[in-house]
This record gives sequence, structure tokens and C-alpha cells, in this order.
Amino acid sequence: MTSNIYDFSTLTGQIHTWLSGLMSPGWVTFTEFVLVGLVFLLAYALLGLFLVYAERKVCAFMQNRVGPNRVGKWGIIQTIADLIKLLLKELIPIRKSDPFLFNLAPFIVIICSFLAMAAIPYAKGLQAIDFNIGVFYVMAVSSLSVVGILLAGWSSNSKYSLIGAMRSGAQIVSYELSVGLSLLSIIVFAGTMQLSGIVESQANGWWIFKGHIPAVISFIIFLIASTAEINRGPFDLAEAESELTAGFHTEYSGIKFAFFFLAEYMNMFIVSAIAATVFLGGWMPLHIGNWEGFNQIMDYIPSIIWFIGKTFFVIWVIMWFKWTFPRLRIDQLLTLEWKYLLPISLFNIILIAFIVLMGWHF
Amino acid sequence: MSEEIIKDVIIGENEEYIVNMGPQHPSTHGVLRLEVCLKGETVKYLIPHIGYIHRGIEKMTEALTYPQIIHLTDRMDYLSAHINNEAVCLVVEDAMQIEVPERVKYIRTILDELNRLASHQLWWSAFGMDLGALTTFFYGLRDREYILDIFEESFGSRLLHSFVMPGGLMHDIHPNFQKRTKEFITYFRKKLPEYDQLLTGNVIFHNRSKGIGYMSKETAIGYGVTGPSGRGSGFSCDIRKIAPYGAYDKVQFNEILETEGDTFARYQVRMREMWESLNIIEQLIDNIPEGDYTAKMKPIIKLPAGEYFRRVETARGELAVYVVSDGNKSPYRMRFRTPNFSNLFVMNEIAKGCKIADLIAISGSLDLVIPDIDR
Amino acid sequence: MLNREELKKIIGSLEPDATFSEGTQLLEVTVPAEKLYALAEKLKSDSRTTFDYMINHTAIDFVKNFTVVYHLESTEMRHLVVLKSILEDKDNAKVDSLSALYPAVEYFEREVFDLFGIQYNNHPYLKRFFMEDGAGFPLRKDYRDEVNIIER
Repeated sequence: MTSNIYDFSTLTGQIHTWLSGLMSPGWVTFTEFVLVGLVFLLAYALLGLFLVYAERKVCAFMQNRVGPNRVGKWGIIQTIADLIKLLLKELIPIRKSDPFLFNLAPFIVIICSFLAMAAIPYAKGLQAIDFNIGVFYVMAVSSLSVVGILLAGWSSNSKYSLIGAMRSGAQIVSYELSVGLSLLSIIVFAGTMQLSGIVESQANGWWIFKGHIPAVISFIIFLIASTAEINRGPFDLAEAESELTAGFHTEYSGIKFAFFFLAEYMNMFIVSAIAATVFLGGWMPLHIGNWEGFNQIMDYIPSIIWFIGKTFFVIWVIMWFKWTFPRLRIDQLLTLEWKYLLPISLFNIILIAFIVLMGWHF
Repeated sequence: MSEEIIKDVIIGENEEYIVNMGPQHPSTHGVLRLEVCLKGETVKYLIPHIGYIHRGIEKMTEALTYPQIIHLTDRMDYLSAHINNEAVCLVVEDAMQIEVPERVKYIRTILDELNRLASHQLWWSAFGMDLGALTTFFYGLRDREYILDIFEESFGSRLLHSFVMPGGLMHDIHPNFQKRTKEFITYFRKKLPEYDQLLTGNVIFHNRSKGIGYMSKETAIGYGVTGPSGRGSGFSCDIRKIAPYGAYDKVQFNEILETEGDTFARYQVRMREMWESLNIIEQLIDNIPEGDYTAKMKPIIKLPAGEYFRRVETARGELAVYVVSDGNKSPYRMRFRTPNFSNLFVMNEIAKGCKIADLIAISGSLDLVIPDIDR
Repeated sequence: MLNREELKKIIGSLEPDATFSEGTQLLEVTVPAEKLYALAEKLKSDSRTTFDYMINHTAIDFVKNFTVVYHLESTEMRHLVVLKSILEDKDNAKVDSLSALYPAVEYFEREVFDLFGIQYNNHPYLKRFFMEDGAGFPLRKDYRDEVNIIER
């Protein structure tokens, strides 16, 4: 049905045959690993920089400001200039800190966000690894970053950092449940944990439309819980600027701070990508039931544009949260999760299981 | 290594530990240090340490003439600079028994209220920031800019203008002053509801501010907490009503009182005071009488020997000026009872048992200006 | 709101040792230092006066003595009184702390202790506020700081 969507696996296949003609199969695999790694590194850095820029512009838009507008046209190069500044800054060693863990923590955080990027389907056929437990994998590695945050807070030997890390630990571990349950509801609908399978299952309509009200509830819960999981406002208690100066990364400087900073934005991208993939159809164009003509027209828009568009819509919503709401207090945060979100999502799952059992969804 | 770290972090018995908030901290609004004893996230007690910008203004006044002193009072509570200036002028006029022209009284009162508005706008901006709503800052400053522009046009300075002199004003107001002030009133009446839409009605904001930092009326009176913070506890302490100065006896306005005594009540008092300030300005701006901008003053101001005491209502509470004069051209002893000094020390009383986040909300709701505490 | 004469009569009956100054802006009552606490306690609890709000407390260095000054107001009746006490012994100036009656005065007293060196009996936390230990008492008239002070 979706024959005219460009499949990126033809491109990768061509590269593979071209490389196979040049060298032995072992070297081909090695070269492909390196290529994929390079592409991801580049994409990671560029996306991170762009997200910082986007955040500044969105924030400026919310606050009656212009935002960065001096370095380059519309201030596009501003974030690159800031990155260079961060790279050149001194790495301040902290007396009485645990140097090994102190240096290790930023890497754990950034590696976790890097790992999660591998499993996301960016376009048709453009996916590094298509796990059959893709959703599970992304959730698992993205929640590993709490280890890095806890280590950062603990090893800095600063009270603000420690409080920030403890808050972050309580927060991420709690909200992980709601994230998992809201994703689980769509897994029940789709019948698979494979991310490409979930995207394929939305060929005749996105789950947020097909799944009746329970899917919408899941989507809202996922947005709230994932915002909390990536430590962004209004749930940015771990680094609550007005309370803990900078929370767990108070003592970090230079590129180590930049790692935390970049990882935060990439985590935002990852949760938005997951939300787009699972709830909003991923790279799948907007298809409505049997309207063949309409669906044909939608297919002309490249799948990667669909993916990026949806992802950035979700990113924009998350940014909107941050610049509008006051911050929650730690006990209110946990109350919200354990007393409201978790019971609602549990009930929601039962409801969805019932709907699927009866075959009421489209 | 690891044991050493744990020993360092946890100090006292019962897993209590001490955190020094400040002197460099984003939400102490200046160089204030709060020595906070915490258990987990709960505040056990806190001791404020002040004096980081103590400039000895009271000592300096003993060597300066009265017109010079006015320029020092700006630097105490820089957000209600005009009101501070006026306090000194009122003492001098009282002592020398000078009747200032009606025009001066009207203009001073309008400036008082404009200054109060500017101060409350900045407070609203910073209070939102304290609670993590970062957008409020720019909304508040956007509107404050209008007032500062009016000040700049009339007095040549935006923040510390020292426009009031004993006996009157430095010079007459700018011809545009009335027009622009009226424009500002219409503008700000439209913009104030935006403040409510952005912050007041927010559920998270309600949860963060209602029932937090409860201060009873007795506590407020006992600790001398005045201004909007005191009025949030039902302590009727508005000097504009108790002992009217300037043109306050000629205008109709209400003293804003809330009885809940929590952070939200103090917030509401300030929000409602902004409306009230607009009303006061509106009543006065069209009726400024013609006349001199200053009374006839001797070139050298000497206060007759004696003691003089005068109170005004700044944006943060009651500023009392107490002058002991020996008949010279500078005071023998000058004492400023500043509102923030008393407002700060109630914090230990009302912040006990709350969380760190609440501590920030409470200190934000008390609207502290640190130079005013240290003087 | 009681007028000056009524207040004078009440305070005179509460504390026979009190003397009143004439021709001042506010009613000024001077009492011996050792009677200060008792008078303040009576002024606060007496239902005719109810001076429950301490506006201001400070001291003045009149070279030959220290004078401690308290400005009191009644929040119900809105009358003001100035309590004064003269401390003749400047090297060993001591007065009772009123912090048990007015929590606010605790910090005013700390400030006065810091800047004048007046000691307070029964003060809960008498430590220096602005200045360092051993920095002298700057608001005393005989204080000299060669570097920073402006001479009249």
C-alpha cells in the first residue's frame, strides 16, 4: 500500500554492495560500524546544538524576546560559539571529590542517551538496530542515566549536588513506572515491542487516533512522565536553579558540564522521538482509513520529514511546559506520580486490554 | 575515600547537616547568607547572617549635610528609592516646620506609587523565578520598563533618582509626565490580568504557595513584619493610612489586608496593591495643582536641636527615620529603621519544618532587598 | 488612641521613677536602666496602653553617656511612646534585653551591641552582626578609623 514511500534500506543496501566489492566481509562489517558511528556522532552533535538553539528561540518567543540574533544569521552560530567556549574552559578539579567517579559520571549520562538513539526508526528503513524488544531497550538504556546523575551528585562532595542527585534518583525511578505503563498500553494495541513493527501497525492511522480515549490518556501520561524523567521543567528539581544553584552538576565545568547539558537535550529528543514513534505514527505519513487519494498525497512527503516534524512538535510541547509552569516541590512530585499517574495508567492498561480483547479499536 | 566524603557531608547527630545558602546563591536576591540546618530536605532551623554589604550609612550621615544624606538613602532599598528619599525630606520639613506646596505633595505621592508599582513588578518577576516559572521575569520587567522610562524622562535617572529635596523637588516634572503616566495606567490595567493568567491561577503555583510559611498576626506584630508581608497576616500596618503624608489624605484607597498569613496571602496583597496604586495615581494625576515645585528654603539646612521621628510606607514596609540633631548642619545621630531588617528575621520562625523549595518561596514572598538590611 | 496627657498619667502610675521630657515631637519617657524591662512589660500587658509593636530600638552616644531608645506603638490604639534609658557607665554599659517581650528587638539589640558595644542581659544570641570581632564599635563618637572615616 505504501509503495511510493522512499525506503532508506535501498540506499544502505547499495552502500553495502559497493563496499563488499572493495574488501573482505570482515572489513566491510568494520567499515560499516565506523560509518554508522560517525553518522551518529555527527547527528548527535548537530541535533544537540540545534536543540539548544531551538530552546533559546522558543524560550525567547514565550518571553517577549528576540533570542540569540548576533552570531550569524538569526544567531544560528551562537550555540557553536558557546560550545567552543565550553570546550576551552578549564576543568576545575574538586578537592575531596572522588576523582574517578566524578570524571566518569558525565560519560555515563552521555553514553546512555547515545545508546538510546540507535534503536529509533528515523525514516523508513533508516534505523541502526531493529530490536524485537525496541521499546524495552530504549526505556532500559535511557533510565540508566540516573546512575550517572547519582554518581555526579555524590562524587562532587557538595551538599547541593547531593540533594539534587537524591531528588533526581527519587524522581526518575518513580516516573519510570508511568513511562513504562503508558508505552505498554500501545504495545498492547500494536501487539509488538519492535519499534518498526509499531510504526507499521499505524499505516492506517496513528495510535493516538485509533486507540480511542485510553490512547490519548496514555499519551498525556507519557508526556508528563517523560518530562519528569528527563529532568526538565516543571520537574527540573534535580537542578532547580533557584534552590540548588545547579543541582547535581553544580561542581562541573567546561566540557564535562557540556556533556550533561547536551545529554539533557538529547534525552529530550529521544523521549520526543519515542512519543512520535509510538503515539504519532513515527515516520508514517498521516493516513486516514480508506481514503486512497488523500493517503497517496501524504505519501509524497518524505518519511524523514514526517518523523522530524512530529518529533519537533513534541519537543515544542515539552519546551512550552518548561517556560510556563512553576516548579513542583519534591513531595508534590512524588504525590503526583504515586497517587495520580500510576493508578490512572494501571486502570488505563486494563481498559486498553479490554478494548483490544473485544476488538473495538480500529 | 568514600568514608571521608560521607563524614564531610553529614555533620550533626540524627543525620542533620548544615547548608550555607549564600552569600552567592541565585535566590537570596543579594549577598545574604542563610545557615540552614537540614534533615533530608526538611529545614530544622536557619540562622540569617548579614553584613556582607554593610556600608555604615548611619555613621556616614553624621558627617554629611541633609541634602547629601538623601543620596545615601537611595542606596538602602534601591527598589523604593523615591520613598526612602521622601522619608528624610519629611523629617527635615517636620523639624524646620516648612509647609511644602500642594503641587509637591501631589507629585511626591504619584512618584511614591509609581515606585511602589515598579518595585512590586520586579518582586512579581523574581518571585516567579524563585518558584521556577522563568517567564514571569520578562513579563514583569517589560512593564517595569514603562515606569523607568517615565522616571528617566523626568529625572534623568532610572533607579536612584534622588529627585526629592527638603522642601520640595529638585526641579519641575517633565511636560510629558502626566500624559505618559496616564498612558501607562491604561496600558498596565490591560497587562495586570496577564500576570494572573500566567501565575496566579496555576495549580502548581497554588500548591507551592498556599499554606506555606504561615505567619500569625501575633508573630507579624512581634517580629515587626510590616508592609505587604505583614498585611498578608492581617496586621494593619499601612503608614499611608495610619499617619498620612503627602497627598494620601486626599485620595480614596483601601488598605489591602489578607488574613491567611501564608505565602499566597502575601502574594495576593501585593497583586491587589498594584491595582490600588493604579487607583491612587489615577485620582491624583489629573489634579496636580499649579504652583511652585519647592518651598522657600535656606541655603544651609540646619535642624533645630531635638529628636525627630518620621515613618513612611515603602514598597516593603515601614521605614522609620529617627534623627537626633544638635542644631548643626549634619545630624548628631541618624537611625534608619528599615523594613527588610525586621522582615528577614521572621524567617526562622515561619520556615521551620518546611522543605528547601518552600524556604525559597518564603524568602521570595517576604520580598527582601539586602542592602536595605545591611545599610 | 490616648492623647499625650492620658498616656503620661498612666505611665506615671505604672512607674513612679519615670520622667517625661517637655516640648518633644513624641512622648518621651526616661526610666532608669534597671526599671526598663518592668515598665516595658507593664506597657505591653496593660489593657489601657497595649504597646505590642516595637518599631525601633537604637542607641545614641552622647559622649558622656549612652542613651538607649525604644519606639513603641500600640497596633490597636495607634499611640506611640518613646522609652529612653540613660547608661552612665560607658565602658561597662549594660541593659536588660527586651527580646522576651518583643521578638523583633532581639535583632535590633544585636545591631546596637555590634555598633555601640552595649551589653544586654538575658539576650539569647548576642553576637556581632556586621563587623568582625575586635573591630571596635563604629557608632561611638570616639571611634577612629584612619582609612575609611569621613570627619565632620
